[in-house]
Amino acid sequence: MKRRKFEMAAVPGNAARGVDDRFQVATPLRRLLNKVFPDHWSFLLGEIALFSFVILLLTGVFLTFFYEPAMTEVVYNGSYAPLRGTPMSAAYASSLDISFDVRGGLIMRQMHHWSALLFMAAIVVHMLRVFFTGAFRKPRETNWIIGSLLFWVGFLAGFTGYSLPDDGLSGTGLRIASAIMLSIPVIGSWVTSSVFGGEFPGTIIISRFYIAHVLLVPGLLLALIGAHLGLVFKQKHTQWPGPGRTNGNVVGERMFPRYAIKQGGFFMVVFGVVALMGGLFQINPIWLFGPYEAWVVSAASQPDWYVMFLDGSTRLMPAWEINIPIGDGYVIPPLFWPTVVLPGILVGLSTLYPFLEARRLKDTRSHNLLQRPRDVPARTGLGAMAVSFFIVLTLSGANDVIADKFQISLNAMTWAGRIGLLVVPPLAYYVTYRICLGLQQHDREVLVHGVETGIIRRLPDGRFEEVHQPLSAADGHADGHGALPYAGWVVPKKMNRLGALGPAIRGFFYPIEKPAEAPVSPGHPPVEPRPEREEIGSGESRR
Amino acid sequence: MTSDNDRRRGLLARLRERPAARSRGRRRLGAAVRLFAALMLAGGAYTVFAPGAQAQDTPLTGAAAEGKALFDVSCVTCHGRNAQGIEGRGPSLIGVGAASVEFQVGSGRMPMARQEAQAQRKPELFTDEETRQLAQYVQELGGGPVVPDGDNLHADGNVAAGGELFRINCAQCHAFGGGGGALSSGKYAPSLSPATDRQIYAAMLSGPQNMPVFGDNQITPDQKADLIAYIQETLKHDRDPGGFNLGRYGPSTEGLAIFLVGIVALVFASLWIAGKS
Repeated sequence: MKRRKFEMAAVPGNAARGVDDRFQVATPLRRLLNKVFPDHWSFLLGEIALFSFVILLLTGVFLTFFYEPAMTEVVYNGSYAPLRGTPMSAAYASSLDISFDVRGGLIMRQMHHWSALLFMAAIVVHMLRVFFTGAFRKPRETNWIIGSLLFWVGFLAGFTGYSLPDDGLSGTGLRIASAIMLSIPVIGSWVTSSVFGGEFPGTIIISRFYIAHVLLVPGLLLALIGAHLGLVFKQKHTQWPGPGRTNGNVVGERMFPRYAIKQGGFFMVVFGVVALMGGLFQINPIWLFGPYEAWVVSAASQPDWYVMFLDGSTRLMPAWEINIPIGDGYVIPPLFWPTVVLPGILVGLSTLYPFLEARRLKDTRSHNLLQRPRDVPARTGLGAMAVSFFIVLTLSGANDVIADKFQISLNAMTWAGRIGLLVVPPLAYYVTYRICLGLQQHDREVLVHGVETGIIRRLPDGRFEEVHQPLSAADGHADGHGALPYAGWVVPKKMNRLGALGPAIRGFFYPIEKPAEAPVSPGHPPVEPRPEREEIGSGESRR
Repeated sequence: MTSDNDRRRGLLARLRERPAARSRGRRRLGAAVRLFAALMLAGGAYTVFAPGAQAQDTPLTGAAAEGKALFDVSCVTCHGRNAQGIEGRGPSLIGVGAASVEFQVGSGRMPMARQEAQAQRKPELFTDEETRQLAQYVQELGGGPVVPDGDNLHADGNVAAGGELFRINCAQCHAFGGGGGALSSGKYAPSLSPATDRQIYAAMLSGPQNMPVFGDNQITPDQKADLIAYIQETLKHDRDPGGFNLGRYGPSTEGLAIFLVGIVALVFASLWIAGKS
């Protein structure tokens, strides 16, 4: 019997052919792998969120192996001595065990927490990119809405996760959440008692939050992320205007191999950063907060950063209680406005913004090209307003820590926040608007006069003027000046960026290649260095 | 504090004025001899009564006398003669006890640099010996709480019990990590990290600045030892198993870190990756 020769090199091809024969995937796969993505650093911000979500899933699954979502009271007997013998909930005890007795548990917990913070931070930064470049405009309004929902669902995921360790900080947060629910008129008490299964804290909340945190909310997140990415695929990515890029095409790199390799590499970078933070920076030292008891509240009990703006709005809200004399009397507590009404308005405004803007500008066209923030000063100003509003509230959420560490009166901080919340956003709008106009003006000057060369020329009559290098050849204008049309993209401002070439010396931190030697023309032999000349003196030797 | 002080001063003033009032009554009789006799009587009465006002103090011991000398140079401006206090400047120190002096002077808070919301911890102005003398003087003025002897007051303290007491009684203001926190109108709970055993004990006994008094009825001396053990052993010597503790300021610095470290690093990474084409 003749032995068949086994050809190693043919295996992948044969396997692929076999798969295609059975499933007919070659055509759709080719389309997918050849899909073109525009390349710009700011398009990678959303990926940070996506990748940190993957890390959240991985580390979260590890944590579920050891976490016990129960409020049954146990006496801690683990290896953290300062809590030994303390009665606590099983949830807190298992969180301590994850931190001290499970191998690799603490770094997993810390990576989980850091990637949760990173997930939300990347969502916000990505959202700002989309907002300021106008990427949310028709036809992508739906994806903008999904994106803002992702923030709020991520907010829920973060809050439910924050509550799970059942340490002093978690319980304080839960207590505030129950107060917020109670403040809702009419339905408040029913909402609270159905969420907590009776009075706060009850015995069921941890297991309910657990299933929400590991199944319901991540499921929702996964579905929304799938829809978000699917829409990016379907509607194609936006791109910056530039040479060859129009509203009707996509210029970039194919998904395979380059884009996929880049993304794989970027995932590794994100994972590395999260792992480094998880290993180097301590986050939420639950062992210092101790088990939650209703009478234990630490100073500097803050929510995670993406909830802190609600804490801030609560701290700034004056104590305006509304009494409605119906029946036995009815009270709307001041807490209702900053924690229920304000986020409600924010959700509404942020999701509806694309429609509001289109309506105001009477703009019904589709836009696949991005806008530079400076070219739409009103929108950029509004964005700056929103960001400064959020920052004032967030800083107010930490105002006790700021007051203490920078030795400012807490009352002064509160008033600074109240006044700042009203004054800073309009100021931010005005300043941003003016900056945008100034940048536009400078672009226009370059397009008309050319690039500033830094060469000052003295005219025969004694005047000085700077020599400008025109961006294009003289087009009929005697002095070489001719206004070029603005293409909506970066206008070269430096000599070595002419023609949108890259910098003369390439490399990120250090040059990766030597600058090209200037070619020496045979007609012009290299210039000899100036010969040393003797000093002209009196002829007498100085020695 | 100030109303006490007024009452006390009123009493002393009355003691001093009583003989004068009598003499004024007798002066109305007009006779020179009687006047002379009255003056003699008044003088006599004064000599009888005036030492009587101080007679409640036993003579100062040596250390207390030294302390009084220091007091009359450095403290009298605000706390007044005989530590009776001056309204609007400094409270009376009668009855605050040696514990209070040990805390305030021993941690450099007193003498205050200026009148403000709260005295800050500073490098101490007085040596331990001088602080003891001042404490002795104040103690002999009107008694009050005293810190037990010894530098190590947490030798037989139980950190687990102390931790629970700390979270119930102290963390509200001094924060979970003992780093301190803000109070209203510029007041604050200071960081516990520079505090010695004796200072923590003295603070609990005397309730300095805005801190409530945790007397021996509320937190027994054994519990105080537990608490001090938790602060000194756990909070100060906890090796932060998770890494750099970001100042133990809670989630606010964690939020700052994710932007300053995480987002900044990843934005640079995305610049780098997008630049590779």
